[in-house]
Amino acid sequence: MTRKQKRLSVIAGGLAFLGAATGLTFYALGQKASYFYMPADLTTASVQPGQRIRLGGLVEKGTIQRGQRATVGFSVTDTHKSVKVTYTGILPDLFREEQGVITEGTFGPDGVFVADSVLAKHDERYMPKDVADGLKAKGVWQESKSE
Amino acid sequence: MVETGHFALVLAFALSLVQTLVPLFGARLNNQRLMAVGGPVAVTGFALTALSFVALASAYASSDFSVASVWENSHSLQPLIYKITGTWGNHEGSMLLWVLILTFFGALVAAFGSNLPATLRANVLAVQGAIGAAFFLFILATSNPFIRLNPAPIEGRDLNPILQDLGLAIHPPFLYLGYVGFSICFSFSVAALIEGRIDASWARWVRPWTLVAWMFLTGGIAMGSYWAYYELGWGGFWFWDPVENASFMPWLSGTALLHSAIVMEKRSALKIWTLLLAILTFSMSLLGTFLVRSGVLTSVHAFATDPTRGVFILCILTLFIGGSLALFALRASRLTAGGLFHPISREGALVLNNLFLTTATATVLVGTLYPLAVEAFSADKISVGAPFFNLTFGPLMVPLLLVVPFGPLLAWKRGDVFAVAQRLMVAFAAALLATLVTALFIDGASVFAALGVGLAVWLILGALTDLAVKSGFGNVAPGILVRRLLRLPRSVYGTAFAHLGLGLTTLGIVGTLCFGTEKILSMHAGETVELSGHTVRFVGLYPAQGPNYSEDRGRFELIGVSGSPVGEISSAKRFYPVREMTTTESGIRTIGLSQLYLSLGDEGNDGSVVVRLWWKPLVTLIWGGGLVMMAGAAMSLMDRRLRVGAPSRRRKQVIALKSVGQP
Repeated sequence: MTRKQKRLSVIAGGLAFLGAATGLTFYALGQKASYFYMPADLTTASVQPGQRIRLGGLVEKGTIQRGQRATVGFSVTDTHKSVKVTYTGILPDLFREEQGVITEGTFGPDGVFVADSVLAKHDERYMPKDVADGLKAKGVWQESKSE
Repeated sequence: MVETGHFALVLAFALSLVQTLVPLFGARLNNQRLMAVGGPVAVTGFALTALSFVALASAYASSDFSVASVWENSHSLQPLIYKITGTWGNHEGSMLLWVLILTFFGALVAAFGSNLPATLRANVLAVQGAIGAAFFLFILATSNPFIRLNPAPIEGRDLNPILQDLGLAIHPPFLYLGYVGFSICFSFSVAALIEGRIDASWARWVRPWTLVAWMFLTGGIAMGSYWAYYELGWGGFWFWDPVENASFMPWLSGTALLHSAIVMEKRSALKIWTLLLAILTFSMSLLGTFLVRSGVLTSVHAFATDPTRGVFILCILTLFIGGSLALFALRASRLTAGGLFHPISREGALVLNNLFLTTATATVLVGTLYPLAVEAFSADKISVGAPFFNLTFGPLMVPLLLVVPFGPLLAWKRGDVFAVAQRLMVAFAAALLATLVTALFIDGASVFAALGVGLAVWLILGALTDLAVKSGFGNVAPGILVRRLLRLPRSVYGTAFAHLGLGLTTLGIVGTLCFGTEKILSMHAGETVELSGHTVRFVGLYPAQGPNYSEDRGRFELIGVSGSPVGEISSAKRFYPVREMTTTESGIRTIGLSQLYLSLGDEGNDGSVVVRLWWKPLVTLIWGGGLVMMAGAAMSLMDRRLRVGAPSRRRKQVIALKSVGQP
């Protein structure tokens, strides 16, 4: 190979590498990004069983059921609709009735949302941002309630 | 004292403007006296910022609730250590720490940069001053920590309980020393662009600053990871949380910078690339500051959400990143490009390193910003988490880690891959053996686990092979070998230790992810549970009272082979009444390099408690590897060539005397 050919092959290799990395990144974004929904959104959005989403809202009053062992059932609501959720594990310290939560997981075939992670707010003063925005958009929560 | 601090901060802002303008014009007019203003002003600016910081810290230490920031983030019952660390456990105070470190680095350049060419030094200090001015203005205009309350409240609102931990004493200062340390590399780059001149000695000046920043950033990230691991009670060491990514991006590009600066220094190639990388690395630091401090992300780190702050930092971000890149576009063509080189060589390997690391940085950047972009341009809200990064970052890292041992063994200019491969035979055989042993005897189910262990062993032994080859192991008598080992340049040890640390961290990650086990169950007092050969008995829940919290402490006993207890583990649910906040204190017992991790959940109706138990093999290596990497950076910093420096001070003085002598 001449000097020029060598240089060209190095550059081509580099570009091929960058191209592969870019392709992989966009593929992964399409496949692995999980969308955020509030319960009422689920009537319009088509979420397949097994598709990973984040479901946010308030923990509905009187729905927390501590079953056998470490499985907990509760409903997440945006005051219009509510969705049953089950979760096995330790709930966050600030998990309480009528508090904002974000759960992440998939819908089972029976329509119950099986969460593998539950996030509550970090601090007594905050509401998870996505939940707060969603509730504001639905007109059920005002900024003034945050304090 | 508080007003003194406030006044000092305003004065420091004014001085930062002087530091920006006077040396800059001095360098332009080639006026020695104007240029000489930069040094003393930088040192004074640092002293004033330090005074301001001490004033705030003392307000925190003495629980002066007439200061709004103290009232919001402190409480009189807090232990003194948390009162002091609480100084930077909030938005205002942490920004003050940010500028304190920024001016500290500026003062270091002023103090130790006496052998720099006068115009370069003046320009560096000017750019440093400009960054300082922007952030001083930001603090004074939107995040003033010295605002008073009248009437003063009697009691404070307590520091966020999650932050009431020793981690707060170490993690933010280290992280900022890293983040902000890269500002020096940025200033050097912009100064070089202003002058339109760059040479190998430039790299010799920039490299130690990169090393210092990188060392602290490594420590800060490792500490943050360990803190999240034990404090959040989730047992994870890395969550691919946007805030974590914000600190990881400058680390990745900083690592690339560290390597490309070597090529520039030794071979005087990759000049323009190194300069661009220095700008990009600090841009990542600024972006990180923006992401964390603007409130666009919700996290433990986002102390408050105030849109004006976000917009302000965004303006700073645009000004500095945009400005420096525009300057780069204008001036880069004027800089002389370095020489070309053979792809199979040390510099070729370092270019490969840069290719992988910058691509990895870009991947993390896309994953971090994509949700923000989607939310800005559509109604959808998405989150990009671990599955995305495992799919993109993982495949990028594996080939990079595979070639790491080759790099330091390849010769400059023209390397011989086969000769290097021969030298690495032992490491390769051991890695292969480790893979087979793992697959056959420990866990045959997971191919990834076996390959992961092999990769880690390859990295660790590869780093040791580097030392062995360079000291002539096997060819010389033991006495000579020891002498040669002692005589090796410290930078060789630096490389070997940094790569060794990388191997150890890899081993820790593979061990924890692939061989870790966990159990979630509800336990009554007296019950035992067995996990991966360790038996734990739940003794019971005991209420206790802390200085500013009450807790239910769950006591557990580790049962030995004989059936008698060999140690205690305790995990607690703490309640902080001021913030009405509950936290979980995890119980951790270190056994060898591994840890048994225990976290307490809710109490059931029948008196049982939900317990989550993890066995985390080799987990301590994750952070131990980080410490070894830091040690590597420290050794490299002590290298002779960095201590001696390029143009000796005496020659410089002679030139200075001559120039003084001339009218």
